Amino acid sequence: MAGDLKISEPEPQAPRAQHPFREVLQMFVGNRAAVVASVILMLIVLAAVFGPILYPTDPFEMVWAPFTPPGTDGFILGTDYLGRDMLSGLLNGGRVSLTIGLVAALMSVFIGISFGALAGFYRGVVEEVLMRITEFFQVLPTLLFSMVIVALFGASLTVVTIAIGIVSWTAVARITRAEFLRIRELEYVTASRAAGASNMVLMTRVILPNALPPIIVQAALMVGSAILFEAGLAFLGLSDPNVVSWGQIIGSNRTYILDASFTVTIPGLAIFVTVLSISLIGDGLNDALNPKLRRR
Amino acid sequence: MAVRAGYALALLLAVVILNFTLIHIAPGDIADTIAGDMGGATEEVMAQIRADYGLDKPFPVQLGIYLGNVVRLDFGYSFFFNTPVTSLIAERLPATLLLVFTAQIFALVIGVVLGVISARRPHGLLSHFVTLLALFGYSAPVFWTGIMLLIGLSLLLPLFPVAGMIDVALIDAPLWRQYLSVAHHLFLPALTLASIFLALYSRLTRASMLEVLGADYIRTARAKGLSERDTVYRHALKNSLGPVVTLAGLQFSAVVSGAVLVETVFSWPGLGTLALQSILARDTPTILGILFFSALVVIVGNLLTDLALRLIDPRIRGGGG
Amino acid sequence: MATPLLEVRDLGVRFTTRDGQVTVLDDVSFTLERGERISFVGESGCGKSMTALALMGLLPAMGQVSGGSINFKGEDLATASEARMRQIRGNEISMIFQEPMTSLNPVFTIGRQIAEVLQLHRGLDRRTARARAIDLLEAVRIPNAAARVDDYPHQLSGGQRQRVMIAIALACEPEVLIADEPTTALDVTVQAEIFALLRDLGAKLETAIILITHDMGAVAQMAERMLVMYAGRRVEEGRVADIIKAPAHPYTRGLIACVPHISTDATRRLERLPEIDGIVPPITSFGRDACLFAPRCGRASEVCHGERPAPAGVAGHKAHSVACWHPHEGGA
Repeated sequence: MAGDLKISEPEPQAPRAQHPFREVLQMFVGNRAAVVASVILMLIVLAAVFGPILYPTDPFEMVWAPFTPPGTDGFILGTDYLGRDMLSGLLNGGRVSLTIGLVAALMSVFIGISFGALAGFYRGVVEEVLMRITEFFQVLPTLLFSMVIVALFGASLTVVTIAIGIVSWTAVARITRAEFLRIRELEYVTASRAAGASNMVLMTRVILPNALPPIIVQAALMVGSAILFEAGLAFLGLSDPNVVSWGQIIGSNRTYILDASFTVTIPGLAIFVTVLSISLIGDGLNDALNPKLRRR
Repeated sequence: MAVRAGYALALLLAVVILNFTLIHIAPGDIADTIAGDMGGATEEVMAQIRADYGLDKPFPVQLGIYLGNVVRLDFGYSFFFNTPVTSLIAERLPATLLLVFTAQIFALVIGVVLGVISARRPHGLLSHFVTLLALFGYSAPVFWTGIMLLIGLSLLLPLFPVAGMIDVALIDAPLWRQYLSVAHHLFLPALTLASIFLALYSRLTRASMLEVLGADYIRTARAKGLSERDTVYRHALKNSLGPVVTLAGLQFSAVVSGAVLVETVFSWPGLGTLALQSILARDTPTILGILFFSALVVIVGNLLTDLALRLIDPRIRGGGG
Repeated sequence: MATPLLEVRDLGVRFTTRDGQVTVLDDVSFTLERGERISFVGESGCGKSMTALALMGLLPAMGQVSGGSINFKGEDLATASEARMRQIRGNEISMIFQEPMTSLNPVFTIGRQIAEVLQLHRGLDRRTARARAIDLLEAVRIPNAAARVDDYPHQLSGGQRQRVMIAIALACEPEVLIADEPTTALDVTVQAEIFALLRDLGAKLETAIILITHDMGAVAQMAERMLVMYAGRRVEEGRVADIIKAPAHPYTRGLIACVPHISTDATRRLERLPEIDGIVPPITSFGRDACLFAPRCGRASEVCHGERPAPAGVAGHKAHSVACWHPHEGGA
């Protein structure tokens, strides 16, 4: 037998080890925009949590002449068309916007993961039915549907939150399903199955943790879009009338943009900066969790 | 395609049933609303109203009657607007269709052009600008963007009309002047609505284009001696459009949602403003009709997307289904 | 002797990477006569394809010619403008690739993709170009060409797609056709058909062919001369018959030993080679002043690790040269 020269391609690289949390954190910290965004978001959250305590003016009370420009007479952000303190409105509104955004996002992530996991894990009829339901929610014009729910069941914070969460989960469901379909075929899942793991354990302990990275990124973005969604409802006047929110301030002041555009500009900026920070954090998470994609 | 259309009909049916059920289980009914409107009514009057609207019948019967009417495109009568719902919607639907499709086309055309240019220089200035624009489009509430544009381009710098769809003074003017006026009124709302999606499309175009530019057949095109321009715009572009069109199709529901807000900001006389009015008035027949037609717009949009994908990619066309 | 059709002299190519400049091709020289068939041989990553892309002026964005000349019919392509290169590509020098499945644009009909070169370089109008495309499909032996001209690539088999690629490449009757591993992705029977087609059409059009391959069987079937490359350098060059009979470079011997049946003297067993292990060195070590094959070579001595061997003629064969400090002599 003649000697054999290995006509070989470069040796395949060893499979990339699972990134431990620290490595992800390092990648994230390396992303300057994401770090700045995290700091800004932290400040916004702190302002929403402690602001109303440190600055206890009632956001509904008429405290001064309407349309007082920002910075005059001690009103840092001025007053709105009813002479209510804008700063107080912003701080209190932040609580509402952030809370609804977070809770609605958590809710839709929960629904989305459940649908996607069951569909991707069981395949067959289950998948067919669940994905049809998902598609159904995709053709439903979400905002209109939520408007109707709020109108029918009353504009309380709970109803608004549910109305948002119930229509926003389809993206999470699709991503979760795709990840489950991919991961369920991998060897360690087969190994766990062979070792006698129950379906529940397989889904929640074996597959889900490995499916999480893209879901986490999507979940971060969901918080942003839930805040936008809530702002839209409130802008239309379909949010709880007993609480202030950023969208509601814009909606109630928008007739007077000629007299005082700041009453609309400032709360809009608050929404914008908040959602922008969240998207930048989402981008940072995405880069940190999917290092392969960075080469783009 | 026939399968797709049949499936679309089934979806539509599901939408009708869900909405009807939802309204049925919600507290209060039309009789309450009408009674409230009249400033109170006796039990007898209430019962009379319920009988008039068929509300005394069992739920499945009500649903069956409603579905039968929907098939005949009869959505009932709006007590609030004092008009049949169908003619009410027929009056408003064209405005919404115009807004929704113009915005999608704006977003697609501008988005794709920006995406292609930034793909050719992935680290250039424009590429960074597109990324920024994408973040802005995603993060700014669309109604706020609309108000800011309104303040800037209608009030401070009066280039565009503040509200409405057409200059009322042109009611007797020649048709082309009316069209021009509509286009003039349409520009800002369509741009506002497009702003959410424009950057999304350009980012995807950029990514898709970068991938396609590395494909073997692009190397072939270059090896043929084609210019860079022909290679990019003739060979690469058509291949990279698929994902973008797919995404645009998925966005139709979001575009219709955004249209509700944009119509409100610009007083655009479409389904969105009608929806808000009827929801605030609890005008159930109108609400149900609007939900039906807005779902229809989304579904038709999806079918058009499928059609466009088939035109772009012969591999899908071959399927025959 | 007249000047050759193509004369490449000391061609060097460098990549500019984040970590600095890397040599990819190092002083590659060869000549090609009209209608001649030469083969570039070597493992993946040895610079065969890079040489071809340099000829086409299609180096990746980070690469550039760092030295030497590419003399094509009295013109130096290494310094030619991009506009001039576009006139030459697909017209006077054309190329087919390894992956027929992905080398055709999926969204255009094959007819249009063939017609495109004719419209571009020959100025034909649409209808004439289409008629020509049908002729070309017939020439590359696609049955029922008139009907298939409107097919899309996905409707064709891999072998048929490669035939379409050949039709595109030969549409303008080029002087040089570069075939970069044209059959690697195809079945063995299809391979033979493609080679036969290339040989026949090449002879008919007097097109010189550069076949890039790592398959010694393909070389024996297709080429008159061969150029063995290793780590961006030419290590051995000569007539295929001479080299297969008496490879002088240990690397060439290794390559040939992989397919012993092609040896012209199959009954004589080659001396048992020490197993040649390892892989092509990383690209960052290309360009060093040493024999880059030395780490894998059983004959390596100190000089191999410290000095670059210059190409030298092999005794008894005027067109056979080798760059090795310890070449094998007088056959196996």
